[in-house]
Amino acid sequence: MNKPDPLRTAQEQGRIRDLVERGLRRRYRAERRFRAYGLAAAVSGLLFVGFLFLSIISTGYTAFVQSYIQIDIRFDAELIDPEGKQVEEILRMGDYSGVFKAALREKFPQVEGRRELRQLYGLISDGSAFDLRDMVLDDPRLIGQTRELWLMASDDIDQLVKGKIDRKLPEDQRVVSDLQLGWLDALTAEDRVERRFNRVFFTAGDSREPEQAGVLGAVVGSFLTLAVTLLLSFPIGVAAAIYLEEFAPANRFTDMIEVNINNLAAVPSIVFGLLGLAVFIKFFGVPRSAPLVGGLVLTLMTLPTIIIASRAAIKAVPPSIREAALGMGASQVQVVAHHVLPLAMPGMLTGAIIGMARALGESAPLLMIGMVAFIADIPGSLTDPATVLPVQVFLWADSPERAFLERTSGAIMVLLVFLLVMNAAAVILRQKFERRW
Amino acid sequence: MAVESKTQSRSAALETATAAAGGSEPTARRTVGDVSVPNPVMTCRQVNVHYGDKHAIRDVSLDVAHNEVIAMIGPSGCGKSTLLRCLNRLNDTIPTAVVTGTITLDGQDIYERRQDVVQLRARVGMVFQKPNPFPKSVYENVAYGPRIHGLAADRTELDEIVQTSLQRAGLWDEVKDRLDQPGTALSGGQQQRLCIARTIAVGPEVILMDEPCSALDPIATARIEDLIDELRQNYAICIVTHSMQQAARVSQRTAYFHLGDLIEVGSTDMIFTNPKHRLTEGYITGRFG
Repeated sequence: MNKPDPLRTAQEQGRIRDLVERGLRRRYRAERRFRAYGLAAAVSGLLFVGFLFLSIISTGYTAFVQSYIQIDIRFDAELIDPEGKQVEEILRMGDYSGVFKAALREKFPQVEGRRELRQLYGLISDGSAFDLRDMVLDDPRLIGQTRELWLMASDDIDQLVKGKIDRKLPEDQRVVSDLQLGWLDALTAEDRVERRFNRVFFTAGDSREPEQAGVLGAVVGSFLTLAVTLLLSFPIGVAAAIYLEEFAPANRFTDMIEVNINNLAAVPSIVFGLLGLAVFIKFFGVPRSAPLVGGLVLTLMTLPTIIIASRAAIKAVPPSIREAALGMGASQVQVVAHHVLPLAMPGMLTGAIIGMARALGESAPLLMIGMVAFIADIPGSLTDPATVLPVQVFLWADSPERAFLERTSGAIMVLLVFLLVMNAAAVILRQKFERRW
Repeated sequence: MAVESKTQSRSAALETATAAAGGSEPTARRTVGDVSVPNPVMTCRQVNVHYGDKHAIRDVSLDVAHNEVIAMIGPSGCGKSTLLRCLNRLNDTIPTAVVTGTITLDGQDIYERRQDVVQLRARVGMVFQKPNPFPKSVYENVAYGPRIHGLAADRTELDEIVQTSLQRAGLWDEVKDRLDQPGTALSGGQQQRLCIARTIAVGPEVILMDEPCSALDPIATARIEDLIDELRQNYAICIVTHSMQQAARVSQRTAYFHLGDLIEVGSTDMIFTNPKHRLTEGYITGRFG
């Protein structure tokens, strides 16, 4: 009955030790290999992100400065207010480009001929006329006086100053002519060329002229659109998740809803754009190109993400807390409102922020509802035509002017900062709601 | 080999015991001992619980008397926790659970349509196996019940309820200086007493305890057991426990469950010194379970 235990003999024990020892080396090797793979994956991921940032920042940082040219401007009454009435309507109609063109002619009196003059006028941005007009409207006493003013350089000159145009290229391959080069060098020698912080980039809407184009219109558009998205998708998503998790009876109908929600999360975003076009614009008559309709479309797109994340967060609330509350005689709504919701809030916020980040970066569905239009004005309300940052990036990337290249990268940086601020806010909110149990 | 044979003999003993006690019969066994008490606070009559296809409790009848501690013992899966959860209708949250039979509280059927489950749970409190204070302050934990049931007219009254409850739960002296700290920061035994304080804050008539000490160390367990004994002055207490010593220490009556049947009920002294049924005897002498 008591036969010797095969696992007990000294011989067997030695053999087992040997086997384990041989296996050990292989196990450790596999472990090291696995760790190396993980490390390689993390490092390559980091490298890609680093490369992305490097390329964007290196092309884009120059968008935040702008070249200015100093020139003596005489506010000629002949050009601005020939009848001397000093009425605003007339001052508004004045020939302000004539003013700076005259100043340029004065600066370089030897220039003659239409073609050469056109090149000379090309040094200064056309937009300077508006700046001069605003100055006169602010203070009509300027008329007749002469002032030393810094005017915005045109985009090509700006690019040259920033070294983005190669001076050594033959003239016919370069957007800046030899004559312009000479004038610019002369101005530089007199310290009349300066690079300054590009205020216009942050305070203006879109423009066909790169030096007058800014991201504010797109930033405000993005903000309004996301505000609509957040205000609609978060409450609806959380309410849907709570209903499905806590109250819905388990039957085929709720199963079907669940499957559909999961499928919706995988639908290409442009389809949501088409849906928005058909439903919101065609059927409900919401104005197109507006942040309102953009927000509605992005809400449709974000909802599944928020619902799925919120349901997971609700599921993660420990059943003991639920039982404790039920055992105390809390009704089901009280259990949800007092216990489940506060504990699930961090998870729900995470879901919301993932959804919002996706919505912020989305351009395809917005193309379908007209937010791709050229809009120079900064939107003031939810129904004004607007565009959003990613669409602005798309529009500028599509423009032929060289100066839009750096502005595209600049806009991407603004988009990234927008995203960073949003995520930081979410992290802070999360920490505020986080509780232990 | 020796170990093996012992295991064999134990399971064999269980089988023969089961067979001897009535074996394969579909109907429930007759409970040994008197299930009824004079002037009960709660009564169960022919209670059956099904979880889907599983018949978890079969024809169980049992009374709970005023100011007594009744212990429910038995091997895992015997239905004692299920019965406990019927008494405050916490089984309602399990969609597949079907409860038949009659359970009354002060003569009123608690499964009747008119019975409001919120009110029932205010009258029949529950303490769970794992201490589960809310992730709120000590004060808020105790004040939660009175708040949702609207028991306190103002803050002073609420303060009073909180203090009395904590005092009754024997926790006041330990936490009076840190009422605003999270309840989850207390030690395991303190957390469990906090849960008891939370339960008695709504003035229940019956307190159900589902293995309240199984997650606690012996010292904390001893404190809870003392507390249970004190609470008996004011409440009826049903306690489910896996520790026979605990049942013997705290309870006046003991009910032994086996595979969904209530096998034997009697005074704790009788059950532990002179069990009538072979299954009961087998369980309390440690031959199986």
